[in-house]
Amino acid sequence: MGQTLTEQILSHKAGRRVQPGDLVVVEPDVAMGHDSLSPGIIKVMQERLGVSRVHNPEQVVLVLDHVAPASTVGVADNQNLVRRFAGEQGIRLFEVGRGICHQVLVEEGIARPGMIVVGSDSHSTSYGAVGAFGTGMGSTDVALVWATGKTWLRAPETLRVVAHGRFRPGVDAKDFALKLGRELTIAGATYRAIEYHGLEWLSLPGRQTISSMAIELGAKAGIFPPTGVAAVDWDVPDWLFVDPDATYTQTVTINLDELEPQVAIPHAVDDVVDVGAVAGTKVDVVFLGTCTNGRYEDMRDAADILKGRQLAPGTRLILSPASRVELQRAIADDTLNVLLEAGAILTTPGCGPCMGRHQGVLGEGDVCLSTGNRNFKGRMGHPSSQIYLASASVAAATAVTGVITDPRELGIRN
Amino acid sequence: MNYEAKVWKFGADVDTDQIVPGRYAPFMLKEGQDVKDYAFIEARPDFARYARPGDIIVAGNNFGCGSSREYAPEALRRREIGAIIALSFARIFFRNAINLGIPLFTSPEAVALLADGDEVELDLGNGRVLTSNLTIDLPPLPEFAQEIVAAGGIVAYVREYGRFPGEP
Repeated sequence: MGQTLTEQILSHKAGRRVQPGDLVVVEPDVAMGHDSLSPGIIKVMQERLGVSRVHNPEQVVLVLDHVAPASTVGVADNQNLVRRFAGEQGIRLFEVGRGICHQVLVEEGIARPGMIVVGSDSHSTSYGAVGAFGTGMGSTDVALVWATGKTWLRAPETLRVVAHGRFRPGVDAKDFALKLGRELTIAGATYRAIEYHGLEWLSLPGRQTISSMAIELGAKAGIFPPTGVAAVDWDVPDWLFVDPDATYTQTVTINLDELEPQVAIPHAVDDVVDVGAVAGTKVDVVFLGTCTNGRYEDMRDAADILKGRQLAPGTRLILSPASRVELQRAIADDTLNVLLEAGAILTTPGCGPCMGRHQGVLGEGDVCLSTGNRNFKGRMGHPSSQIYLASASVAAATAVTGVITDPRELGIRN
Repeated sequence: MNYEAKVWKFGADVDTDQIVPGRYAPFMLKEGQDVKDYAFIEARPDFARYARPGDIIVAGNNFGCGSSREYAPEALRRREIGAIIALSFARIFFRNAINLGIPLFTSPEAVALLADGDEVELDLGNGRVLTSNLTIDLPPLPEFAQEIVAAGGIVAYVREYGRFPGEP
């Protein structure tokens, strides 16, 4: 019997052949914490577990990205606490402005193929983009990893997603991720890992978009085989490969040749329609950013549409690059300037207003079209505000017209 | 029997932004504010105001979906919620709640039979919930999860046994 990528990784780490349903105790390669939850993790480790020092400082990574720079005295004090902890314990810390944890760990080569990466953030499924088993945990679980070096996992079954064909112009990885939500629903992959096939030609940013949203289907992980164009320079362990004899509990097939731009409508990630069904809906705020769609490629897609155009009167475009590196790439080839000329507001690289804490909180009745990953009621601000989710191209087209717009109507160059 | 616990009934896909919106994360609160007072503050303000220790939450599929924020189940733990009974739980919430020692049950029968505002008695010892005219048996959690809850949470479990669930 063959094994899925998830089974291979967990077996390698557990030192025995693991079957779905087994409980395994493993040493994650990385245990990431960010500014939002790390103060709580430190408290659990030091006060409730009574462990003063992390088991292995090399295993731990800290990133200040969620409310960064600080918006209140309390937030600032918490970030200072995290900085002091990192200094005392010899832990790598990425400062305010470096970027979103999931982007930074990939850029820095900290998350790599075959690893187990856990993080105090549900979008830790993002590390599946590099062929790692990435999963989100709560503060207590991460505190236990920091204290002992280990965690327990129930080995999940694997759901296989097979893509056929290629995206048409104006359609991209975000539309694929939203389409999966539409097909599988918000709980369709609960307790399971997703493995993506038929996308060897897809670049790393596209893979990150899709893996980041695996959690929106309830998945424990969302793994791409570390092969194809994104993986040319990667060091892939020889035990990690797509095994034709692996067992999948379900296979879902998506035909990309027929895929339209997708939009998730308020207030559910799996309430997804073709863009045409909501075209014309008035939007107050367009948000371009997040671990799902805040990379250079997203800014470039937006700039392709915004070049020589202006935001519709009364519409705001908030741009939060996923990292400083992505921002610098957008500066280097004038992409950023195109966005600013059109009227975009640039924030610090980081999570931006995604979870409604700063840099563009929504007011009563505000309608937002976001390139992010969640449109839960009240997530970005007032409970009466509304969030639509879509690709960077749909976001840019919508910013130009002030109403939800199919980007193909404005002309697509790519 | 004294049916003093109240049922708070919710639908499917209750996300962690509904349980505690991100703006009310503990680190966003001012001195003296407690995250427990913000449980369901917008989605169900009457819960935030009136839920009492021992009350139970009954919900549909996928309870607790969304973010990994442990302060969502932590707010419910600090409210001393007696149990959460749902058709199913989202993975991270399930793990977080068990880790905090909150009794969870998946029981289609209880979800079908219990209504919002019902007055019940939760009998954790015998794994059942009683109303004035019904006795509903609650299917037990997987054994490792039962052990974690029985220990009072994963921190107490690890301190007591010196190992993780599944570790020899």
